[in-house]
Amino acid sequence: MSATNELVKDAGHAHHHKDLAHHFDTLEQQHDANLLGMWAFLLTEVLFFGGLFAAYTIYRYKYSAVFEEASNHLDIKLGALNTVILILSSLTMALAVRCSQTGNGLWTGNWLVLTMVFGFAFLGVKSMEWGHDYKVRLMPGKDFFWWQYAKAAKDMHTHGGGHELPDMKNVKSDTNPELGVKGRQESEQARLFYLLYFCMTSLHALHMIVGFGIITIITYYAYKGAYSPDYYSPVENIGLYWHFVDIVWIFLFPLLYLLGAHLVH
Amino acid sequence: MSTISLEPKTLVAENNQVVNESVNFLNHDHSVSSWLLSLDHKRIGILYLVTITLMFLLGGILAGVVRLELLTPKGDFVASDTYNKSFTAHGIIMLFFFLIPSIPAVLGNFVIPLMIGAKDVAFPRLNLLSYYLYLIGGVIALTALLLGGVDTGWTFYTPFSSTYSNSYVSVMAIGLFVVGFSSILTGLNFIITIHRMRCPGLTWFRLPLFIWALYATSVVQLLGTPVIAVTLGLMVVERTLGVGIFDPRLGGDPVLFQHLFWFYSHPAVYIMILPSLGVISEVIATFSRKNLFGYKIMAFSSVSIAVFGFIVWAHHMFTTGMSPYAAMVFSLLTFSVAIPSGIKVFSWLATMYNGSISYETPMIYAFGFLGLFTVGGLTGLFLATLGTDIHLHDTYFVVAHFHYIMVGGAIMGYMAGIHYWWPKITGKLYSQFWGRLSAGIIFIGFNLTFFPQFFLGYLGMPRRYHEYPDEFQVLNVFSTAGSSILAIGYIMPLFYFGHSFFFGEKADDNVYGATTIDWTSTTSPPSPHNFEKTPVVTEEPYHFRLKESAVVSH
Amino acid sequence: MFDEFKWLPEQASTIAPEVDMLMLFIVVVTVFITAAVSILTIVFAVKFRRKSETYIPAPMHGNVPLEIAWTFIPVLICLVMFSWGVKVYSNIVVPPVDSLDIYAVGRQWMWKVQHPEGQREINTLHVPIGRPVKITITSEDVLHCFSLPAFRVKQDAVPGRYSSLWFEATKVGTYPLYCSEYCGTEHSRMIGKVIVMEENDYQNWLSSGAESGQALQGRKLFAKLQCVTCHTGNAQAKAPNLEGIYRKHIPISHMNGKKMPESTIVYADDAYLRESILYPNAKVASGWESIMPTYQGLVTEEELLQVIAYIKSLNQGQTPPRVDNTPTPAAIQYKNLNNEVK
Repeated sequence: MSATNELVKDAGHAHHHKDLAHHFDTLEQQHDANLLGMWAFLLTEVLFFGGLFAAYTIYRYKYSAVFEEASNHLDIKLGALNTVILILSSLTMALAVRCSQTGNGLWTGNWLVLTMVFGFAFLGVKSMEWGHDYKVRLMPGKDFFWWQYAKAAKDMHTHGGGHELPDMKNVKSDTNPELGVKGRQESEQARLFYLLYFCMTSLHALHMIVGFGIITIITYYAYKGAYSPDYYSPVENIGLYWHFVDIVWIFLFPLLYLLGAHLVH
Repeated sequence: MSTISLEPKTLVAENNQVVNESVNFLNHDHSVSSWLLSLDHKRIGILYLVTITLMFLLGGILAGVVRLELLTPKGDFVASDTYNKSFTAHGIIMLFFFLIPSIPAVLGNFVIPLMIGAKDVAFPRLNLLSYYLYLIGGVIALTALLLGGVDTGWTFYTPFSSTYSNSYVSVMAIGLFVVGFSSILTGLNFIITIHRMRCPGLTWFRLPLFIWALYATSVVQLLGTPVIAVTLGLMVVERTLGVGIFDPRLGGDPVLFQHLFWFYSHPAVYIMILPSLGVISEVIATFSRKNLFGYKIMAFSSVSIAVFGFIVWAHHMFTTGMSPYAAMVFSLLTFSVAIPSGIKVFSWLATMYNGSISYETPMIYAFGFLGLFTVGGLTGLFLATLGTDIHLHDTYFVVAHFHYIMVGGAIMGYMAGIHYWWPKITGKLYSQFWGRLSAGIIFIGFNLTFFPQFFLGYLGMPRRYHEYPDEFQVLNVFSTAGSSILAIGYIMPLFYFGHSFFFGEKADDNVYGATTIDWTSTTSPPSPHNFEKTPVVTEEPYHFRLKESAVVSH
Repeated sequence: MFDEFKWLPEQASTIAPEVDMLMLFIVVVTVFITAAVSILTIVFAVKFRRKSETYIPAPMHGNVPLEIAWTFIPVLICLVMFSWGVKVYSNIVVPPVDSLDIYAVGRQWMWKVQHPEGQREINTLHVPIGRPVKITITSEDVLHCFSLPAFRVKQDAVPGRYSSLWFEATKVGTYPLYCSEYCGTEHSRMIGKVIVMEENDYQNWLSSGAESGQALQGRKLFAKLQCVTCHTGNAQAKAPNLEGIYRKHIPISHMNGKKMPESTIVYADDAYLRESILYPNAKVASGWESIMPTYQGLVTEEELLQVIAYIKSLNQGQTPPRVDNTPTPAAIQYKNLNNEVK
């Protein structure tokens, strides 16, 4: 063996903390590695969403008027409600992490369950919004319908007309070439807005659903008393993940919902 | 994780003599599940080795189809669509399923923990998941090929890929999406491993340059790959839903796709070359028996290549009609990558100067690398220079340039690394004669294949042409002839490595007299847990000194 | 195959020798550095080969003058290459003001070329020698690239926008035109020819078999598509006067529905004219309402080029009269919610 390397530490398996994985030397090393790993992963998520944000930014600038008009047709109240729900869920998550650090398995589990309750509430509100969008044909598929809807909504606001939008069941979609050209470009631009809206919020929702799966498993272990001041990395890491999901929403909400002069209407 | 007994195994030979064979990571458990579900970074590295070798052979066969068609000016070997699908598949397989994983997934996985005194990588289960993501992504991609292939080119430019192509673009995009996550998780694993699992005394500036190179590579993998995932995702959404993100008829911008695509794909080429630069540093230091010249600058140059790699992407797009001012900025930034690359080449030469150089196969590959990487890098300058890029863009000049870097550079580095660490991995020696011979054949075949393509490009022959004007035939014939020699050179290692694995002479623990702890503190092959006792490092790397017992060179 | 073999492409344009000279410089640098590295590799490998197993060379701890030299000399060389490249590039991308305008539209898998005087060609481009020629390029479907190696220029044909290249031919002859952006099955067959002729021969070629000029065709479209309904050029016009508008600076009040600051001005080039026809809301001229319907889907790229050629040719007082009893074409009528025609 080379003279440069003195063999000092014994890497035997004799005295082994039950939570220490065999390839780590100390609990501290394990904790640091897990934490750094989660931060690195979140960095990749920033770039993952970043691609969508970049595409959104470019088209937001290019088609500003239509994007603002389209944004007006998202329900700002539900969006704001969801923002509050998600922030509350981050609070309960932070409390869960704190409890795991003090070894309080019962309340770690309880706060985690509450976090999921808020999370489900968020998804519930989101589903309501999407259901409504589907009904008024704002889903960016073949059936997308913008121009006459927007015009009708505008008429409704300016003429103080009734609260019912005209019956659109029998009106053909915007992509139908028979409908005519006026506003077709606006329709495509609005469709792009809704596509980006659905892509970004779906990706966000998918991250939440994956989060639920992981939180469930961690909740189970929390109730079993698996976490202690020596070993609480899984809770800390899922906490980081959840806060990240929250922060993404904090960016999505103003970018998607708060464009344009909402308050003027 | 199953418990592993460290007791020496007792074997009974045919003449009833008891033979003691020490336990190593290869022989401690022969069951299939212990290999396929292994959490041992060394075994996972071997799984990758087998799979990417198969991918390389497939990519090579596709290259053969391309070169055979190009023997004659007419498109008489395969149909147009078949040719287009062949070069597309060649590009996708070679880049995503061979080059990007090659050194990191095979050599990085195997060597990094050994080189930093760790028992494994930071997240062994994530490591196994990375392998299976790679495998699944590969299966999906191969499914796309078997269903009928993709004809968009590996660059998937819109609106052809999003609206006009009738091939299996979406299936292939899903396969690439999956394999991208393999790359991201491997990068993440390596970063945390290098940050947190170094043995006592191993400070950052005592790390071998191979580690620095892989660290820089991992950062690029981590940050760049998510962007291509989202870009391919958007393209698939456009294909399936018919929205106009990239289609101008619907208000989209085809050039936006190119920006998003190249934002990853340019750093991707640095993922391919940086690890090779690390291998060459190890090889040249070891086989010159001399410390690497300018260690700190070499470490910083790897990191700066990774950083600069992120800000030059639009040099692939100079003829798209972009603003001339933007073009000038990207051109200037592109030159910035040349400087650290040049510094590396000069530093390697300075390492060899006054050294004690032996000619084992890895060093032969390193000699070839020096010349070919230099040519590849310098021909990049033609493309960085705006005045010449306009003429050379999308011609065979570009094809020649990137093959010099990726094959003459990256693959030579990979081969050097495999030949260097083979005795450590298998505990066996291979025939230096055949190793050196195949390195020489590869060098000759490679130059004959790709050097004529510089001229073809300057003459104006466009890329991705399977029919071409008669005046281009002579150079194409030379190129195809060279490719047949290159193929022979690449097939030879299968034979002598195969022979070595089963019948090779036993290798010493430190065959070449290297100074890094992967060689000095582990057995060949290493034991399952790598180290009997955790090493402690007290010196800078590449500190060669005379030992009591002379090291047996082979 | 040896009959046609060439090492270097012909130099057939004014920019070709500039590009070749720059190329030569980079080749010299490349050859020099490659030779130096290769020779040093071989020399060192031989001179410093291992002669004894027990000899360990002394470690080398850097050499500052050497490192400074091999950092800054490459920086210098790179700066020279970059600046020289920019100089040549600026000559490549900026066409002279008096260039002959020709239009090329790429589509799978052919090039359609149109001369301003009306001549149309497929996969061929006739040009006169000694005059700057500017090709305005677009695509009808996917990306293509109009590539002229003998002139050392190329430019991508991007659907949805105009791009351009220019050259001045210096030698009579026939030169290749390639598509160098992969565009599908017959990408390799999208090959054409550029035929450079003496000025007299070019004029002869133009007048033989030339259809009525581009601008004349454009005038017919100007009436047929009812542009003349609003752009009447008189005081009651509902739309701006287009006489002499080409290459003027136009004050803009709204862009895509968004109000712009007072000082917003755009330059009325070909791209602006095309955009105004297809996306009238993109830039609305100050003092006018945005009531112009869009013609997207109603005109082909070729027709667009003709209308634009006509507008470019329109001088003071030349707006044609509107014929009053021509009904508005159905396609551009407004329809309200009850599907009534307005």
